[in-house]
Amino acid sequence: MMAFLLYWTPLALVLVSAFAGAVIFVAGERRWLLRTILNLAAAVIKLLLVILIGILVLNGHTPEFRVALVPNLDLVLRADALSLLFASLSAVLWMVTTVYAIAYLERSPNRARFFGFFSLCVAATMGISLAGNLLTFFIFYELLTLTTWPLVVHTGTAAAIRSGRTYLRYTLSGGVLFLIGLIWLYGLAGPQDFIAGGTLAEYGVDARFSLQVIFVLMTIGMGVKAALVPLHGWLPEAMVAPAPVSALLHAVAVVKAGAFGLVRLVEDVFGPQLVADLGLDLPLLLAAAVTILYGSFQALRQVDLKKRLAFSTVSQVSYIILGIAIGGPIATTGGIVHLVHQGLMKIILFFCAGIFGNLLGIKYIHQLDGVGRRMPWTSACFTVGALGMIGLPPVAGFISKWYLGAGAVAVDRAWVVGVLVASTILNASYFLPVIKRIWLNPPPDKWPSEVQVSRIEAASLVGPAIAAAGLALGVGLFAGHPLSPLNWVAGIVTGYFP
Amino acid sequence: MDSLGLYVLAAAVLFGVGVYGLIVSEHLMRKLFAINIMGNAIFILLVAASGPVEGAPDPVPQALVLTGIVIAVSATAFALALMVRLYQETGQATLSSRDEGDDG
Amino acid sequence: MTAEALALIVFLPLLAACAAVAFPGRWLGWIVRIGLLPLPVLMLAPTLAVLDQNVIHLALAGHASPLGIEWRLDPLSLLMLWLNVGITVLISLHAGVSFRPDSDRGQRFWPLWLILFASMNALVLSADLFNLYVTLELVTLAAIGLIAVESKPAALRAGMRYLLLALMASLLYLLGVGLIYGQTGTLDLYLIAEQIEPGWLPVTAMALMIVGLLIKSAVFPLHAWLPAAHGNAPGPVSAILSAMVVKVSIYMIWRLWFWGAAGWDLATAANLMGLLGAAAIVYGSLAALVQDRLKMIVAYSTVAQLGYLMLLFPLASTLAFQAASYHLLSHGLAKAAMFLAAANILSSVGTDRLQRLAGVDQRRPLDVFALALGGVSILGLPPSGGFVAKWLFLEAAWHQQAWGWLVLVAAGGLLAAAYLFRVLGVICLHPRKRLNRRQHREIPNLASVAALILAVSAIAAGFFSAPVLSLISAGLPPGVTP
Repeated sequence: MMAFLLYWTPLALVLVSAFAGAVIFVAGERRWLLRTILNLAAAVIKLLLVILIGILVLNGHTPEFRVALVPNLDLVLRADALSLLFASLSAVLWMVTTVYAIAYLERSPNRARFFGFFSLCVAATMGISLAGNLLTFFIFYELLTLTTWPLVVHTGTAAAIRSGRTYLRYTLSGGVLFLIGLIWLYGLAGPQDFIAGGTLAEYGVDARFSLQVIFVLMTIGMGVKAALVPLHGWLPEAMVAPAPVSALLHAVAVVKAGAFGLVRLVEDVFGPQLVADLGLDLPLLLAAAVTILYGSFQALRQVDLKKRLAFSTVSQVSYIILGIAIGGPIATTGGIVHLVHQGLMKIILFFCAGIFGNLLGIKYIHQLDGVGRRMPWTSACFTVGALGMIGLPPVAGFISKWYLGAGAVAVDRAWVVGVLVASTILNASYFLPVIKRIWLNPPPDKWPSEVQVSRIEAASLVGPAIAAAGLALGVGLFAGHPLSPLNWVAGIVTGYFP
Repeated sequence: MDSLGLYVLAAAVLFGVGVYGLIVSEHLMRKLFAINIMGNAIFILLVAASGPVEGAPDPVPQALVLTGIVIAVSATAFALALMVRLYQETGQATLSSRDEGDDG
Repeated sequence: MTAEALALIVFLPLLAACAAVAFPGRWLGWIVRIGLLPLPVLMLAPTLAVLDQNVIHLALAGHASPLGIEWRLDPLSLLMLWLNVGITVLISLHAGVSFRPDSDRGQRFWPLWLILFASMNALVLSADLFNLYVTLELVTLAAIGLIAVESKPAALRAGMRYLLLALMASLLYLLGVGLIYGQTGTLDLYLIAEQIEPGWLPVTAMALMIVGLLIKSAVFPLHAWLPAAHGNAPGPVSAILSAMVVKVSIYMIWRLWFWGAAGWDLATAANLMGLLGAAAIVYGSLAALVQDRLKMIVAYSTVAQLGYLMLLFPLASTLAFQAASYHLLSHGLAKAAMFLAAANILSSVGTDRLQRLAGVDQRRPLDVFALALGGVSILGLPPSGGFVAKWLFLEAAWHQQAWGWLVLVAAGGLLAAAYLFRVLGVICLHPRKRLNRRQHREIPNLASVAALILAVSAIAAGFFSAPVLSLISAGLPPGVTP
């Protein structure tokens, strides 16, 4: 029984939503009830499976599914502590996003297609989180590209198709570089499973140049999705997608997949020591720092709310990369835990932006005047998310920034603290005016285009935002709890720095 | 010039005539003639080149050429049928088309 | 047992074709079923035999070559045979509804279809140059008959052009055969290598045969006939043309090159062939990008994808063989699926012009899905058969430090992505006015299901490659290094 569970649960976790997606396609447009039940059931089952796997992992087991795709090339799905972190984040956020999306898309066409790909997209994300080697990671990484494209172009306007094309241009080109790096690595060292601390140290002397090139190729491949400047161009454009998609792209799936892949690459393939030996940590650190400042600066210039959030994502995701590039246990902890924190906070902001846009027709920041009186709950959630992004305690964002700063000082890279401070000032200057408008400015006589919705619909739009806000506050307040993301990540990181 | 050389020369001339006809002619009938002439050039060459100078001729090339002729005849018949059909449908027996991009 | 099964694999469809001509009435449906459906079962005996003995020789009716007909079955031909049987039977599901046997169209279609099927099986089994010629002629004539079966002007014209070029190609090939026979006194493909040393005459002969075959396989720059022929043929015919008919002549080139000319030093020529392939990939993809009809896009995609099969010549290792054979397989499945799906869309909407296809996914979800899945395999994105092939190509190129080919294969998918996502983008575009249901013709579900089965197989090929790959590596030509 135990062996059965350990073998099949990782695969089940991936297939649950793939199966739901397939049935949703087949059921067609008109089966609203079936679709909704399937969506929710799959989300719940997925959450239960993640909990089951979590219990298994806590008891010292490593669930692993392994099958040979081509002789000598294994598809490996394995649940270790890091994959569990990402998997539980995705499972939780998918749950709330599903509820939100069902309400959000209530009256729009092509819902079967939307939810079908939505589910497939989550299946791909689960595959990414459980991938046990780079090949498996690559497979699901490309699958994610494919399944998110229909979501990006969902509205079917010419602008959406155009931004879909941009999205593909970036991601598929990144995939090609990734593939070349991958084939190079496999040729050099053979198939390598992810192992904490990396497996390539023995090649560090003889194949120094090859390893450097491989690292750069793969970093570009993943940096495209993680929106590292200058590979970020697709992200602001992809804002034409419906709000739940933006939430998913920014907080859970796509950018996170890129950042998560970089964590895997640095910590589990090359190993932090080898990355430093190859002299690659400083370029990565600089890229992350530039991205953080550039993203914040661009966000400041945007007048469109969703665009401002998009550039904020560009900036925030690089905190994760910054953390792993600084090196040392403290900063790495701060970086990896930001994977969770940024996800929670960003999803609140996108949920709220979607609600403002959908119910009041608000698109630009100047239209937010006085919305706090009209929609107090949504505005409160937005405020929590924004303050967290700035890094105000006790919201989760504070913890990440604290650890990043302390970690940088610990490894004698105090200048990074300057970057963090500058970024915080920029964050504050693009979020605080928004918060001021929401709460202090007088509301206009008439909202841009107001829509009346039923109580249930309103509740299932605002509910997820409140839930996410609660989580973001919770992980900040209870960071000391043994099962908090912070302590979980601290446990993971001890594996990298023995 | 020995007899083999004569055959090769004849084959080359015929082949050239065929290629010329295939390229220059517009009408499908002429193109078909041209291809048949090319075919005959090759048959001549095969019979001539593989037959030994002394002793009994090798039967295999003869058989090959015979089969080749059968195939050429049937292919020509098929091409003629196709051409007639094309003429019935479009009123022309050439390939100079105006509407390559018809809806499949 | 094996001998009888192999004979039936060729003669059962052939006899069924004769019967179909003789009794075109209400029994046609059953004749077709008898000619096609037992084949997958019959394939079991030869499969087991090949797994057991690797190579099987068979002299038909006891006459040995040169005058008799000799068959040879090895792992590569077994793969081709399975592919042909599998794809033909699946496409026949579609043809069963698009060319109903009890209709007038069906009565013209099915005899030709069965002949094409039988002659491709015979071609794959043939072991001597002349039988290859005869069977290839049969394949070509039957294929052209099928292109023209609906008597549409565009198809007739395309078929006619194809026919003229194909006849010329056959003559070049035949000339080569004659020259080889003059040198060696044998027609057995597998004996040539022992009988002759490379000299100017054998090289000329080989070059003539290969050029002839390159025309028939529509390898760039001899591809001009293909897009119109494949793009204007009826759906099932386009599917088999792209999936199998062009492939069998490439298969013959492989045979000539790696078996017939084994031991020759062909490095320069091999690189030239590879360059042709590269040009095909680039040109075909770019040409596909500017077409405005769905079927023409899919047809130009075939021109591009055939280029990958040419990369076998410069790479020529075990991995490259696995890669090329697997590419042949997965492209066959994917392209058949795409053509069937495109045909369904065409007959439902009444046109396959891209600008009219906005929102067609609401109308024909299964077909669009099949088209997209096939596209994933063509792009070589994981998980799909196309990805396995691409991965093996990359590995082969890496091991030989052939960086040029490596970059070509890695980036080739981007070119394919450009034209495929152009199509999908248009489909996802919201139509300006809602599609009018009345304007659309209903087509039976089976037609879409056939496309979907093929597409899903192309994807599934990404997961179950191990037995096929080990089969291929058991049937390598002499002298191939790992």
